[in-house]
Amino acid sequence: MAQNDNVRYLNPPTVEVRKKKYCRFKKAGIKYVDYKDPEFLKKFLNEQGKILPRRITGTSLKFQRKVAKAVKRARSLALLPYVTDLLK
Amino acid sequence: MLKQYETVFIATPVLSDAQMKEAVAKYTGFITANGGEIVYEEDWGLRQLAYPIQHKTSGFYYLIEFKAEPEFVANLEIQYKRDERIIRFLTVALDKDAVAYAEHRREMKAKGKTNVVPEGVVEEVEVEEEVTDYDVEPVEENTEE
Repeated sequence: MAQNDNVRYLNPPTVEVRKKKYCRFKKAGIKYVDYKDPEFLKKFLNEQGKILPRRITGTSLKFQRKVAKAVKRARSLALLPYVTDLLK
Repeated sequence: MLKQYETVFIATPVLSDAQMKEAVAKYTGFITANGGEIVYEEDWGLRQLAYPIQHKTSGFYYLIEFKAEPEFVANLEIQYKRDERIIRFLTVALDKDAVAYAEHRREMKAKGKTNVVPEGVVEEVEVEEEVTDYDVEPVEENTEE
């Protein structure tokens, strides 16, 4: 009978070491998110111009709210599109 | 008590330079005439819009930072709405962080640097993929004869 202790792998299983995410605003000491800088805000958008979730960007909740507000202001001033394809 | 505000408006691209100057003079004059003071002005020039507004694909952007009474902002926006040259506008109140940022931005502009965001923030966000299964299947050792 096969025993569980005898299970072997051909290659050692690769355990991925994930880089810890961090809030870039806290790290860089930025306190205000500017809506007038669309190039900077594009880092928080996906290709359709949607705002990326916190779980991907690592932004803290406090700054995610500020980013969202800045993106929405930039959209209303036609600095960023509401909907698009291939933003980047 | 005067509060600090910032307003950006987009004027139609059909205006000539003189007409644009006249429009800007109207609003700066309107602010100062109502007990406000102009802190900073910036002309962004003709820019492409990210999406068409009133069938126009470009517009003249103009930024004014000013201090005024809170009641004044509604009057300013009424003036914008009545003006056919203005196709879009946005007025925001600046809190203390925003005022500090605006001053920093002005200094950087004065030095001729376009990149206002400090270094170290510019790096890209890595979108990580979920890795759940291993490529290697476990191989059971056959102990039976």
